[in-house]
Amino acid sequence: MPISLMKHKMPEQDPKIRATNFEEVALGYSEEDAVAEANRCLNCKVPQCRKGCPVEVDIPGFIAKIKEKDFAGSIAVVKEANSLPAICGRVCPQESQCEKYCVLAKRGESVAIGRLERFVADRSLAQGDNTQPIAYAADAQKVAVIGSGPAGLSAAGELAKKGYKVTIFEALHTAGGVLSYGIPEFRLPKDDIVKVEIDSLKKMGVEIEVNAVAGKLFTVDELMDEDGFSAVFISTGAGLPHFMGIEGENFNGVYSANEFLTRCNLMKAYQFPTHATPIHVGNNVAVIGGGNVAMDAARTSLRLGAEHVYIVYRRGEEELPARLEEVHHAKEEGIDFKLLHNPVAILGDEQGWVKKMRCIKMELGEPDASGRRRPIEIPGSEFEIDVDTVVVAIGQGPNPLVQSTTPGMDTNKRGNIVANEETGATTKAGVFAGGDIVTGAATVILAMGAGKKAAAAIDDYLKTKKQ
Amino acid sequence: MFKILKKQVLSPGVLLFDLEAPRIAKKAEPGQFVILRVNDEGERVPLTIADFNREKGTITIIFQEVGASTQLLGALNEGESILDLVGPLGKKTHIEPDMGTIVCIGGGIGVAPVYPIARGLKQAGNKVISIMGAKSKEILIFEDEMKAVSDEVYVTTDDGSYGIKGFVTTALQQLIDKGVKIAEVIAIGPVVMMRSVAEATRPYGIPTVVSLNPIMVDGTGMCGGCRVQIGNESKFACVDGPEFDAHQVDFKGLMMRQRTYKTQEAQEKDHVCRCEQQGLTKGADCECQSH
Repeated sequence: MPISLMKHKMPEQDPKIRATNFEEVALGYSEEDAVAEANRCLNCKVPQCRKGCPVEVDIPGFIAKIKEKDFAGSIAVVKEANSLPAICGRVCPQESQCEKYCVLAKRGESVAIGRLERFVADRSLAQGDNTQPIAYAADAQKVAVIGSGPAGLSAAGELAKKGYKVTIFEALHTAGGVLSYGIPEFRLPKDDIVKVEIDSLKKMGVEIEVNAVAGKLFTVDELMDEDGFSAVFISTGAGLPHFMGIEGENFNGVYSANEFLTRCNLMKAYQFPTHATPIHVGNNVAVIGGGNVAMDAARTSLRLGAEHVYIVYRRGEEELPARLEEVHHAKEEGIDFKLLHNPVAILGDEQGWVKKMRCIKMELGEPDASGRRRPIEIPGSEFEIDVDTVVVAIGQGPNPLVQSTTPGMDTNKRGNIVANEETGATTKAGVFAGGDIVTGAATVILAMGAGKKAAAAIDDYLKTKKQ
Repeated sequence: MFKILKKQVLSPGVLLFDLEAPRIAKKAEPGQFVILRVNDEGERVPLTIADFNREKGTITIIFQEVGASTQLLGALNEGESILDLVGPLGKKTHIEPDMGTIVCIGGGIGVAPVYPIARGLKQAGNKVISIMGAKSKEILIFEDEMKAVSDEVYVTTDDGSYGIKGFVTTALQQLIDKGVKIAEVIAIGPVVMMRSVAEATRPYGIPTVVSLNPIMVDGTGMCGGCRVQIGNESKFACVDGPEFDAHQVDFKGLMMRQRTYKTQEAQEKDHVCRCEQQGLTKGADCECQSH
């Protein structure tokens, strides 16, 4: 029988129903689907898919075990390279990573690597966590990780496996970084997935201290000089929201996507007043931006009861940086895409509430330095739309709290920490950095890759230092 | 978990807690704040650090029971704990020796956060004149504490039941009229009071600092919910402040943004009270509209 050129479909919640709840949209493969999908894999001698994976999971290896129905063996192969597979299988933009390089993609659809990774991870979680605590040596060295997002969690897991006693310091009251406050429940369940994967790290022996703001409660120097940490890994992410700087951005009803999503995901404002944090969503919501954060905010608005939700993006469909599947889901749920549009002002009423947004139409010019075609305003094309909530999702920068209290560690002109691309080493001895704080806002899996590389480099550094 | 070591009623609806928090106490400076969360369903509430004791490892918070979250907090007793406490947050007050005469103004429970600032200024060797304002004598707090750290103290009450009849600006104007050479004014209290102080000092060009209290979520600069307009710039009060040059602050915009969740706050208070009626949480002498 010839191999199907299409992926096996994954069951999903009906768009009309799911747009009113916060439960997961994509329901995951059954065992039967997973085995059938695994059988599409040609087990290439030189697997191209692996070079698309930032942590180089042995993809044909774990898929081969699914074919044999050796699911425990399969997850073991994944976990050698990736400590958070249930998360990555859900949120990686596979179409631009592993699946992009799959040989089947040349003729049809690639093997559904992400869905298969998710399948084996979920199956293993459902069977209960059998993580064993690490037996630390009496003279095990201590390593501090600042920030508990994907980069920090990945570095901590790798360092623990190498025998280091790791403490993660997290500023918020819940670990996970963007996995907890940013990515919504309907894409990444918190209690069933994020918490469980973080708990298994704790079980392994990683300590997580919440409510601990680096740069305020302690400095990097204090961790190394007073608290006995031999090395520090900084993974504080890109958490500083950018605003547009246009007129009317301080009206009530204008949110940064960070605030909007934090209220909803971390504080569970969608369960107000059972949960005490309020959120304000009107009937007409405009979300500005075209990335995953914008999609998440738009789809969250729908679920909070908005009648009409716009995505306002200054480039075209092809330039949307969001994950393909999420754009597709957003459209199915009825999000109105205003592409090639840019806001120029937000207008409010006497009481200070948002009423309208003035937009201008755009066209695409020549490619800019980033290689994307530059949007140019079309003169005289301004018009107004009625909105009562505006969510600004145009990107985030680095929070300066740690950098500004760490003398001897260089930052670039954007405020990102300067670190060696391969090792994460900063200009300060013993201090490493990785993830969005170095690269600027990127993806979960790239941050995890950076955490993994830095863990290896920290291991080298501490071994060399000991000799 | 952070244990409540001491609970004291300062005036009706105004409570003082000493919390066991040695690491925060070690780092806290005048002008900074904490964010707390009472329980798993709780919201994050910003409160100024009213005092800290590095030896005992405690910090003091003072709060008024104005909404559901502060009522929930107020219902806790000594020996009980709150779930989350994070800090110290925000920038510390600018304090150095030989600044001259500083007038410290506290309105209502704003006296609490002014206290460590006045103490810090005094310890640095400055002359401290304090003005404390309250609606009436019964709700005046921290008088003895303020006297202990000030060279002069003036109390004003709106109804004249104690001290000077009038507002804090009445006493401030008297000092200005007497020709007292004021190097700086620091004012903390309700927004209308801080705005009045800013207007009172503006014509004389007296440098004036206020501590702003916009709505906050994380308190670490990651959401911008607390953004305030300072001159031509939008600033995040949690990391750029909370103290700012009073003559640059857009008070109207601040008050507008503080009203964002008025509807939800009423709904939430109502929700809590109905819970109490049903015996789901501790019954209290609640004064909200639902009864």
